[in-house]
Amino acid sequence: MNRRKFTLGMSLATMASILGVDIVYGGLMPKGYHPLGLQDPDPFELFNKDKEMVVLNNKPWNMEAQAHLLNDKITPNKFMFIRNNGRIPESIDVSNWTLTLDGESIKTKKTYSLSELKSKFQHHTYKLTLECGGNGRSEFNPPAKGNQWTVGAVSCAEWTGVRLRDVLEDAGIKSDAVYIGYHAADTHLSGDPNKEPISRGVPIDKALQDETLLAFSMNGEDIPLAHGHPLRLVCGGWPASTSGKWINRISVRNKVHDGEKMGGTSYRVPCETVAPGSEVAESNMCIIESMPVKSLITYPKSGALIKEGQKLNINGHAWAGELEVSKMEYSIDFGSTWRSCTLEKPTNRLAWQHFKATVSFPKKGYYEVWARATDSNGKGQPMILPGWNPKGYLNNACHRIAVKIV
Amino acid sequence: MGDKFQKQVSAFSKVLLSFLVLILVLFGGLYYWSNQKPKPKIEEIPVEESIEDYDKVENGIHVATGFIDDEGMEATIQNCTSCHSAKLVTQNRMSREGWKATITWMQETQNLWDLGTNEELILTYLAKNYAPTTKGRRQNLENIEWYELK
Repeated sequence: MNRRKFTLGMSLATMASILGVDIVYGGLMPKGYHPLGLQDPDPFELFNKDKEMVVLNNKPWNMEAQAHLLNDKITPNKFMFIRNNGRIPESIDVSNWTLTLDGESIKTKKTYSLSELKSKFQHHTYKLTLECGGNGRSEFNPPAKGNQWTVGAVSCAEWTGVRLRDVLEDAGIKSDAVYIGYHAADTHLSGDPNKEPISRGVPIDKALQDETLLAFSMNGEDIPLAHGHPLRLVCGGWPASTSGKWINRISVRNKVHDGEKMGGTSYRVPCETVAPGSEVAESNMCIIESMPVKSLITYPKSGALIKEGQKLNINGHAWAGELEVSKMEYSIDFGSTWRSCTLEKPTNRLAWQHFKATVSFPKKGYYEVWARATDSNGKGQPMILPGWNPKGYLNNACHRIAVKIV
Repeated sequence: MGDKFQKQVSAFSKVLLSFLVLILVLFGGLYYWSNQKPKPKIEEIPVEESIEDYDKVENGIHVATGFIDDEGMEATIQNCTSCHSAKLVTQNRMSREGWKATITWMQETQNLWDLGTNEELILTYLAKNYAPTTKGRRQNLENIEWYELK
């Protein structure tokens, strides 16, 4: 990667915050010069991530977990995937941070300071599953354009904040409101100040749900910078791109929000299924809403060698967007037969659910353990790739790990 | 305030001057050094001892960016990595039409400039080195690191 470019355009304050010390004589530093401490930004240190996390992209920063890293019931920051469309904001002034509510369907345009939001409205805490719409993209054929996520662009952290509904009701929304769209402090890759990297949103019904939060803390601490500090919209169960980071404005719209990455092929799939590789007209593309049912075996890590006669305990998580997972099964014979796993109820709506099973293998050999979740509407995960779409979204094909009995 | 600014300007010019001297010494030295040594016989042997070693190629891969070393790579680096990283290119596989459509999309929506005569060079490079392979509906589990599970 190009180390010099990463720090290009960083403010002194940002460099200082990354270095953890003030840059003495910083004012004398020639523009474009980068202190030695910043010439080799280690993304794992920069974002407090585990070394086993996989960097897909360093400009913008995109990083994913591996299945076995996601074994915790509540995903800690170090294993949480990073998905950015633009540049992370360089200077965040928490004491002067504001959130403005505007748009055609807001009764009165209103601005709240961060401390006002925190003091005026009741706090709520939920465990919320956030999965990138493009998680699993790497498997599509023909290949789909974008970051080639495998399985690790999913997390379930504990988010604390105020309900978006409470804030919207405080400002007052008109009866013709259909959508909300967020605006944020991240900047466009091209450096163009007039361009937003991403400005997405959700229909008003989703915005008014109990679990839709304006969050200021994650896992009991301030939200880490890469995950939206100091204020993030969190819409569990939907493509994580609807959970805008670093937000400073929410527009209540009287039409479907038309911000950046709401149109074209972004976060949209063909309204009717198409043959792989098809060209799809924009008018036939529909916005992704709830994510589909999916699961991950997070223990053991793929590649376990087990002695004959030894039993294998497996466990993992399953989630189903807006719905609940009602059934969890595993197969060791390439999907010919399925056995049940023990499945826990979610701790709250939109939290992932934990499963476990004890697996016996009949004889020596190579096995794959496949996991299949079924949602409360009876829809299960496919064993091969689901419907192809131009940008490779919504791959919920069953997760597989390799095991050898020796 | 004005005094402080004056002082800063003067301090800055001193720093700048010392940098200039440093650069002069460095380049003078380099010039002297390069004239002392005979020209290398084979092109691909890296003789540059520069800190960045930006041109280094290992096993056909340009180390600094990860791009496949082939005709058109320079133009691709120059035009395609100023906004986003090389990784966004190298992790993708597209046909010539796909790469062309991506460039057009970036020009229409992401402030990418007109690539001029370089477009042909870049498209040929990308289509040749980053072409799609057929993966089928589900691939074998690969790159498994086997370990003993107690």
